[in-house]
Amino acid sequence: MDFIDVRTAPFAVGDEYAALRANNRSDGASALFVGSVRDFNAGVGVSGLALEHYPGMTEKSLQRIVSDARTRWELGRVRLLHRVGAMAVEEDIVFVGVTSPHRQAAFAACQYIMDRLKTEAPFWKLESGETGDTWVAARDSDRRELEKWAR
Amino acid sequence: MVKVLFFASLRARLGTAEHCLEDFSGSVAELRNRLGELFPDWQAPLQAADIQAAVNQEIAAATTRITDGDEVAFFPPVTGG
Repeated sequence: MDFIDVRTAPFAVGDEYAALRANNRSDGASALFVGSVRDFNAGVGVSGLALEHYPGMTEKSLQRIVSDARTRWELGRVRLLHRVGAMAVEEDIVFVGVTSPHRQAAFAACQYIMDRLKTEAPFWKLESGETGDTWVAARDSDRRELEKWAR
Repeated sequence: MVKVLFFASLRARLGTAEHCLEDFSGSVAELRNRLGELFPDWQAPLQAADIQAAVNQEIAAATTRITDGDEVAFFPPVTGG
């Protein structure tokens, strides 16, 4: 069972965990990842950011990533939420929650989904801070993280 | 008609989010060239090595064919998460 949501509204991590666990007796493992807005990036103070995306392609991309995760591991529920629009420092941007009968599958799938999302889902961050507005640059390290899943 | 979308820093640099071409068929690389001919200011930002393309919301190669009715997008490397 997949739940994928691209939204402007904040989400509550507790509610998402509750949705992963409700009437779910077969999966003993849940792995969660939450990404939040940092106050510093590339040595510059950040006060907030605006997240742009490509409506239509974003949802397709996220669905494909989750489907691919399911072909690699035995997963129960997957919840993937990503916010777009304006966000302040400390607000949560992205939530990935995965359940499985086994912790290895839950950990790995959670990381896999984030690694793929970082390099292929069409989102872009515009940070506001002490030096004005700056488009965030992609990181080579995110590309390298992806290589461990190439098999 | 081919609808061309631009996102993020590329959209800001070109000053537009969308451009429609009435008569175009060819590859993604040929579309980049055509847009650069139509709008000389767009040539450098569109030809930048890190700019990616999607055709009908799927990541595309320089050789991917575009036909009438397609939606094409150009954008910089993604930075979500």
